[in-house]
Amino acid sequence: MPNPQDRSPMISLRGITKSFPGVLANDHIDLDIFSSEIHALLGENGAGKSTLMKILFGFYRADAGEIRLSGKPISIRSPRDARSARIGMVFQDLNLIPAFTVAENIALFLPNLKVVLNPQEIDNRINEISKQYGLAVNPRALVSQLSIGEQQKVEILKLLLSDARLLILDEPTRVLAPHEVEALFGVLDNLRKDGYAIVLITHKMKEVLQCADRITVLRSGRVAGTLLRSEATEEKLVKLMFEKALSGLKITESKRDESSKPILELRGIETRAEGAGVTLKGIDLQVRSGEIVGVAGVSGNGQKELCDVVLGMTTCVRGEKYLFEQNLTNRSVGAMRRKGVGFIPENPLAMASIPFMTVLENMALPHTWRYARYGGFAIDWKSLKEDIQKTEKQLGFSVNFYAIAKSLSGGNLQRMVILREMTHDPHLIIASYLTRGLDMQSAIAARQALIQARERGAGILFISEDLEELFMLSDRLLVLYGGRFVGEFKPSETNIYEVGHLMTGSKVEHVG
Amino acid sequence: MNLLSILGVFSSAIFSGTSLLYTTLGEVIGERSGIVNLGLEGVLLVSASSGFAVTVITGNPYIGVLVAVIIGGLMNMILGYLIIHRKANQLASGLALMFFGFGLSALIGKSYVGAKINALPRIALPGLENLPKLYSSLLSFDILIYTAIPVAFLVWWLLFRTRWGLGLRAVGENADTAYASGRDPRLIRYQALFLNGLLAGLGAAHLSIAYTMTWTEYMTAGRGFIAVALVIFSRWHPLRAIVGALLFSGAVAFQLLLQSSGVQVSPFLLDTIPYVLTVLVLIAWGGNRRHSAPASLGRVYHGTE
Amino acid sequence: MSARTFLRIAVSNTLVKNIARYVMMMLLALLLFGIILLATGKDPFQSYRDMFGATFGSAYGFSEVLVAMIPMLITALAVALPSRVGLINVGGEGQLYIGAAFATWGALTFKDQPAWVLLPLMALLGMIGGALWAFIPGYLKSIGLVNETITTLLMNSIAPKIVGFLIFGFWHSPMDTVKTENFVSAARLPTFFNTRVHLGFVIALVLLALFWIIMKYTRWGLEMRAIGGNPQAARRNGIPLKGYLIVIMCLGGAIAGLAGMSHVSGFYGVLILNFSMGLGFMGFLICWLAGGDPIGIFLMSFVVAIITTGGNFLQLTQGLPYAVINILLALALFVVLASPKFFEGKKA
Repeated sequence: MPNPQDRSPMISLRGITKSFPGVLANDHIDLDIFSSEIHALLGENGAGKSTLMKILFGFYRADAGEIRLSGKPISIRSPRDARSARIGMVFQDLNLIPAFTVAENIALFLPNLKVVLNPQEIDNRINEISKQYGLAVNPRALVSQLSIGEQQKVEILKLLLSDARLLILDEPTRVLAPHEVEALFGVLDNLRKDGYAIVLITHKMKEVLQCADRITVLRSGRVAGTLLRSEATEEKLVKLMFEKALSGLKITESKRDESSKPILELRGIETRAEGAGVTLKGIDLQVRSGEIVGVAGVSGNGQKELCDVVLGMTTCVRGEKYLFEQNLTNRSVGAMRRKGVGFIPENPLAMASIPFMTVLENMALPHTWRYARYGGFAIDWKSLKEDIQKTEKQLGFSVNFYAIAKSLSGGNLQRMVILREMTHDPHLIIASYLTRGLDMQSAIAARQALIQARERGAGILFISEDLEELFMLSDRLLVLYGGRFVGEFKPSETNIYEVGHLMTGSKVEHVG
Repeated sequence: MNLLSILGVFSSAIFSGTSLLYTTLGEVIGERSGIVNLGLEGVLLVSASSGFAVTVITGNPYIGVLVAVIIGGLMNMILGYLIIHRKANQLASGLALMFFGFGLSALIGKSYVGAKINALPRIALPGLENLPKLYSSLLSFDILIYTAIPVAFLVWWLLFRTRWGLGLRAVGENADTAYASGRDPRLIRYQALFLNGLLAGLGAAHLSIAYTMTWTEYMTAGRGFIAVALVIFSRWHPLRAIVGALLFSGAVAFQLLLQSSGVQVSPFLLDTIPYVLTVLVLIAWGGNRRHSAPASLGRVYHGTE
Repeated sequence: MSARTFLRIAVSNTLVKNIARYVMMMLLALLLFGIILLATGKDPFQSYRDMFGATFGSAYGFSEVLVAMIPMLITALAVALPSRVGLINVGGEGQLYIGAAFATWGALTFKDQPAWVLLPLMALLGMIGGALWAFIPGYLKSIGLVNETITTLLMNSIAPKIVGFLIFGFWHSPMDTVKTENFVSAARLPTFFNTRVHLGFVIALVLLALFWIIMKYTRWGLEMRAIGGNPQAARRNGIPLKGYLIVIMCLGGAIAGLAGMSHVSGFYGVLILNFSMGLGFMGFLICWLAGGDPIGIFLMSFVVAIITTGGNFLQLTQGLPYAVINILLALALFVVLASPKFFEGKKA
């Protein structure tokens, strides 16, 4: 392949600047994108990758800067302009309409769609392209019935059929299983051979080194550097991504006692799926004092349902749940909370906090009964503050009590939730995708908090899809696939490949 | 009870259902684009009164119908300005439009209460011209009745078989996606509201110029709200809206039949049938995604920065 | 509430700003309506002189404004309370009818009882009626079956017909089939100072103050705001979501039912077919325009009451149908709706 530097770029961004209230998301960014090339945009969350690409796609408008197409300046004020410049984008949270069929979703983006629709013709065009690139889908299926992986295929088909020559993919692998990632990279490789330009937004270093031709690293809204793949090493990229050296994680020995009575015990739990959810079948689980039980699995295999069952959000149709040997099957969330169950979800803004309330008000929520005075007519804010401050000392970080939750960054919000859930020393902590979307510093702080809780004797149910993290923290490792546990290991007795295979269902063994 | 009275009941049910079908079809289009129009009652009143007034003045019912239709579209543009441009709450804006309609129609219609008009001519069903006059007059309908069901098919075709309809439904499901596909959700919502108003105007015109042939204050008696209910009943589908309108007509016919056969059932209770049925239908279909409303129904489209 | 906090509210910047904006909004609406009056050949200055002379010119006229405010305040509160947990109660109209019907049953059945027994009984019955009517949508919502906006709206159309059925079938007076007999005096809410301002006004103000205190200071207020802000997060924090949704919806209905009781007992003294004509909808509008804020509800009701009361006099002097006053009302509402930042930062 010719060195891209010898050619003139397909698209050039010059001096792109964009600020949102309180944040300078992009600060004079220059970027060149060439055809027949996969260009990775690497950076931490909040580095400005998505914003930059949404500007290129016309979804946001830059405050300053210029976009050039084959050297000529063009104005992109809306996605319509972007599409006429043959630029297409797949958003992170996929933008398909669930109530529409695959064909309708794709037709929406066809550039030369006739005034009167011809369903047969649209189906034929979809089938033609999907055969060419191995992206098989049924055009007549409703999108709401497709898996995430299939939906992503539809998104890519949509771009190809919309005649785009530049494809922007925002974190496409976030929701995919390892083998699906492989398939996606295969498709992208074929597209590159056919002359497409591809921009891959990601924060996963391995993927970048695996498939990109050129890598641009963004850091706090600026370009930290651009490397060819041949020059790039993991070390170099880390240096570009993070200014500060990372402080390490202190992992202490587990104080697990095999003979102790379990804090949490699930016996043969079975649920009924809601909507597109997963059915849990025959779930047996024990969490003892002083241990971290890791649950590995590709998201969407029952993790959410497992958390919800333990927390009491969903009812189980079969099986029993014991907390300290007390049968609490199908008791309310409130009852579980009062028994000392803490919950740290993957998305603290959506799942754990009230956006328009202050941090302090948010902190009171799981404990309103504890701080209510005069039968509920008043709330004892003072003792709440004292309790939280105690936890802050223990964990070594703090948050501003009077900030509005919505105004906090993702890392601070997660800190707020961790502080809240660790106060009053919970006996059982459910941590689900604890570090998803967190920058490195926050991730380390979050993991450290879990280790401290284990030291104190809490039992921890730790759900993640980051195998490295799971192997590092877990005392025991379970693999969840299709709503069942398909493997149980000590981390020292297995390896990433064995667990990875179980996660994707390529080697299914039923446990017990 | 004889054939004649059954025919009479049948005929009046069709007359009373027609305005409702047009209004419901209009509301289907509006809601498919994501807008609930609680101001329909007001739109109907203003269209009915202005159409009636113009018919009195010009002596030509067709001009009256035309004016009623255009006024319906314009009334909805007020709603459009408030909820699309100014991003106001849909339900509150709709109710404000309803109150506006109460007032404006009273003002417009004030001088025409009790006036006589040339109604839309009635044309007997083909092949029935030779029946006794009494029968054929019961089976003659005006042009708007004959076109009602074809219009329902036309709306279906527009929504599900044209590029414009695809874009409109996309706006109702996810305005951001529609925007990403290069469409302007605001413009599409204006278009949908305008069509919604035109069809409501047609329904109102039928009510005052063809069916009752009078103007009285608050003559629509809740038809705007029934239309909103029927849209839900028909699950946002124009062809099922025909069933919905027939249901309403059926309830009216049933009531008349009972009265003419001397059975005493409170007309008040019979009036609740369409609403009670709609609530029951909602419960029966509740929770099933395939029957659910357009996903961004009632939401403000904020655009992007 | 301490004296200091009260003072702070009274002189708060936002209150002054709010009042200034209400005045601006009224002026703009009056200007637009003036143009319409002019177009129909009426003298707008004479009309406005009549309107304001009648409402502000005499103590009685002003008292009539307060009378008109009563049902608006209470029905707006019936929307504001559920809105805090994210429920959209468009059903105030229906709940008001059912509440009025229940209260009327009490008034007709126990007419021999003294006022101190009968009035609380009627109030209780009215609240039960409204709560029952709101329970259906609240329950359906809490089990995730049907959206409460749709059901409350539909049930608005059913309630007046049930009342019609009751009046026409059972309760109508010998003279007149569209209304009941007049209530006995023990079933009438007491009035003040020879005006038509009745006890309902005091009840409304007490309810508004209670609402404000509960939302701001209590545990339940905190939990309700949490549900309104993010229901799933609230549930994960152990707040009983279903229970709150049902109870708050029923409470909203109970308040609307109380509005119905206060209207038939305090204002009419009799249950008349279709007596409400949109009071519940008006409450919804007022609450929404006021952003669910108690002070905003009071000011907004005041403005709307001036318009509707003034309209009565417009009818007498200008020979226009009473309904025409709805134009001025709607214009005022349009002006507020078109300025979405009116109550910035507050969520209805």
